[in-house]
Amino acid sequence: MPDERERATALAGSVRVGVVTFPGSLDDQDAARAVRRAGGTPVPLWHGDRDLRGVDAVVLPGGFSYGDYLRCGAIARFAPVMAELVPAARAGLPVLGICNGFQILCEAHLLPGALARNSKLRFISREVRVRVANAATPWTRDYRAGQELTLVLKSGEGAYVADPATLAALTERGQVLARYAGASPNGSAAGIAGVCSESGSIAGLMPHPEHAIDALTGPGEDGLGFFTSAVRALVSA
Amino acid sequence: MTAPHTTAQAPGPDTTARAAATPGRPQPFAELGLTAGEYQRIVGVLGRRPTDAELAIYSVMWSEHCSYKSSRAHLRQFADKAPRTTALLAGIGQNAGVVDIGQGYAVTFKLESHNHPSYVEPFQGAATGVGGIVRDILAMGARPVAVMDALRFGPADAPDTRRVLPGVVAGISFYGNCLGLPNIGGELAFDACYAGNPLVNALCLGVMRHADLKLAAATGPGNKVVLLGSRTGPDGIGGASVLASASFQGGAMKGDGEVGGGARAENAKRPSVQVGDPFKEKLLIECCLELYAAGVVQGVQDLGAAGVACATTELAAGGGPGIGMRVRLDAVPLRDASLGPAGILMSESQERMMAIVEPAGLDRFMAICARWDVEATVIGEVTSTGRLEMTWHGDVVVDIPPRSAADEGPVYQRPVARPAGQDRLRADDPSRLARPQAGGDLRAALLAVLGSPDAADTSWVTEQYDRYVRGETVLAVPQDAGLIRVDEQTSLGVALAVDGNGRYCLLDPYAGTQLALAEAYRNVAATGARPLAVTNCLNFGSPEDPAVMWQFTEAVRGLADACLALGVPVTGGNVSFYNQTADAAIHPTPVVGVLGVHDDVRKRLAIGFGRAGCGVVLLGRTEAEFGGSLWARVTHGHLGGRPPAVRLEDERALAAVLAEAAARGLLDAAHDLSDGGLAVALAESCLAGGQGCAVRLPGDAFTWLFGESAARAVVAAAPGAEDEFAALCASHGVPAAVLGVTGGASLDVDGCFTVPLGELAAVHGGTLPALFG
Repeated sequence: MPDERERATALAGSVRVGVVTFPGSLDDQDAARAVRRAGGTPVPLWHGDRDLRGVDAVVLPGGFSYGDYLRCGAIARFAPVMAELVPAARAGLPVLGICNGFQILCEAHLLPGALARNSKLRFISREVRVRVANAATPWTRDYRAGQELTLVLKSGEGAYVADPATLAALTERGQVLARYAGASPNGSAAGIAGVCSESGSIAGLMPHPEHAIDALTGPGEDGLGFFTSAVRALVSA
Repeated sequence: MTAPHTTAQAPGPDTTARAAATPGRPQPFAELGLTAGEYQRIVGVLGRRPTDAELAIYSVMWSEHCSYKSSRAHLRQFADKAPRTTALLAGIGQNAGVVDIGQGYAVTFKLESHNHPSYVEPFQGAATGVGGIVRDILAMGARPVAVMDALRFGPADAPDTRRVLPGVVAGISFYGNCLGLPNIGGELAFDACYAGNPLVNALCLGVMRHADLKLAAATGPGNKVVLLGSRTGPDGIGGASVLASASFQGGAMKGDGEVGGGARAENAKRPSVQVGDPFKEKLLIECCLELYAAGVVQGVQDLGAAGVACATTELAAGGGPGIGMRVRLDAVPLRDASLGPAGILMSESQERMMAIVEPAGLDRFMAICARWDVEATVIGEVTSTGRLEMTWHGDVVVDIPPRSAADEGPVYQRPVARPAGQDRLRADDPSRLARPQAGGDLRAALLAVLGSPDAADTSWVTEQYDRYVRGETVLAVPQDAGLIRVDEQTSLGVALAVDGNGRYCLLDPYAGTQLALAEAYRNVAATGARPLAVTNCLNFGSPEDPAVMWQFTEAVRGLADACLALGVPVTGGNVSFYNQTADAAIHPTPVVGVLGVHDDVRKRLAIGFGRAGCGVVLLGRTEAEFGGSLWARVTHGHLGGRPPAVRLEDERALAAVLAEAAARGLLDAAHDLSDGGLAVALAESCLAGGQGCAVRLPGDAFTWLFGESAARAVVAAAPGAEDEFAALCASHGVPAAVLGVTGGASLDVDGCFTVPLGELAAVHGGTLPALFG
């Protein structure tokens, strides 16, 4: 079997995952490291280039794009790279937005709802437990539905909000990606930590999986599955 | 605060020619914080009265904040007594010290105060304090990789603390988080002496390759002087000379010169606080690092206190004899078109840097700035005249020898007098205080100390700081020291701790400062790292008070002596005077930062008892030392006697044991003992790791639990490694008392008390949320 394993590893390495750097992106290097650790090849994408460089998937990393002035993600949505990304995502390109990336996906209307200020109006940076709700997406297929993960939440505007009809529809269609286990730390509606598009290929997550890929520098390795899921989904695709 | 240009209304600016022609014109030197003697000295240097613009330069460059005129004579000891080391690549006098950590890497680190602005406007004051220290590190050629902060406030339950603390924390959170720099630790302390004078000391750590080191020097006549970053506005004008160099005095300010008029309220200082834009700074960081990598920067200086005045004079002076600079002040991009030469020179607008660029590299330089949306403007050239000349629409408004402003300011030997009450304070020994003896009383004392604001869980503060970004944070709060991985392949890392203890220093500033150094040194060692170098932020009252000057001289002497004894050089630092309101000065509060190198961060030691069945061992000598202790203060409101004995040889031996034990994998946990002694340390280790412990104390329970003898740590020896560890301790002459074993769900002190972990956690964690919401 060694041949097959080598072939799988080589194939995984050929999976190219773009990581977009906006001015003010902060977790781009962390996201690239997570892609690498998952076996994929991170490809840096620049906000000012209308070019996705032929990548197989894209991560919009955390940070404060364009200073988060006006509203988190509101300016990034108009970046030249987004003009390429939005139609590609609508056509099925897997996209994961983490924290600020999630906010950008909502601002770009690739995901429903919005992120509002934390209920206590303070920045929250700590480990949180989340429960995977939909384990059938390209970003979560290495998890089990109901599996609990320890990830890192670090945001000032992380409270997920949507109107009641949207919230009901999200649950009904399996578009809730993950929920906080226990009380919502930031006032998110229905304890929602992440959502996805109807097909599951576009995902937004407020807690950071890329900070939970190594027990030496984070709470553990629970977050790696988001990246291995995508790499594996693309290898077998 | 009025910039002088507004007092000299047209026609035209105050030129050097006009200054020569109108020698008798009165100038507002006193309002700018200069004494009559200092003003005369400027006239002597120039051979005429200064222009308004020159007066602006000298007033900020000769301010206490920039010139260190009261402290410089004493700070020389750090160089004179420096231990021999090959680890220093750049030392005192540069923006920050640079330390060789091996494998071709160097790190740079520095602590700096932003005390006064943080009282006037807590959010922006603290935010721009982070921004300023980060630019200092960037100016050395390093990538900033972590920040820490040492915070001190008035009583935790005082109404004004509820204004200042949340504002300061939010400001640090806002700025540091937005820069993407992990905040890996620091201090939080409360005392009535800081009520009108909070201390906000920020540290930044940077990493570079040896070859990347940059110096603040203008070289090569003909090279361009480029200002990059934010536009210059009227914010922070006079911040260095007025805010940072004056004490709050009821409704008036008293500076290092006298300030006219008693009607200036603290409110009048508000415009002196700068406003920060961390997004701009993030772009500036990435832009500068790309510029450095492209090899198009010959010299660089950050703009902090005293803005363009400071950057131009220091760059020109740093170029050496014969080097000068010609600057067109009207080329400086402005946010407020009404600014004149003096205002431009004094402005402390944030997020700006100044670079020296060869003409051949200028296009490349500008292209990189454009890529990062950073505005960059050529404002002058390096010359070989040895003069710093500045023009305003063609008129010469500045023509000075740069060193006269940057390096040759006044140096004062301020009067020094041991305070009258010092003997009485030291005679007030805590031995007279009632001590708990019964188990229930000891238990109550533990909970009182553990839940006191100084020992309580700081999560309310630190959960507002991003510690995870960059993915290299191995240890952060509540660990003894922060630990950052520098190389993912080799696991090389750097440990950092900052410590201070105003109570010890009030009782004995010489010993107290040594104890602060010893604690930071011990904290670094407790991770398994080898301490290498020291930075400091010396927070004191007014240097014009001989008693404060005595505290200061004792502190500096103590730190220099102890650094020599421990073999760790001072690489740089910062002095903050005038931390006083009317006649009441803060406790002398030198805050000391120690940096250590960790050869393998995978073998780091953390404080938590994470596994049952480990031997709990107390390292070091325990004596009945309660002077300045947290117990005396919390349970009796007492501060008197002598601080614990300084034991530097013991500190060295302890550090050697911890480093060796970590490398050999003999320990599961290690935690230094400081405020609150063994009682607090055991509670923290239990809570951090989620395992209880059962211990028996070999002597007087009260002394063992609450004494604050230095050079001690509590460790958890890995099962099976007890004998090897005991032999290691013996070989270094470190006393090791086996107290018990980890495990269970409570902190159990045999014959005294048991406290369930849940109760410990509630007491430890409940204090700050109850106070601050």
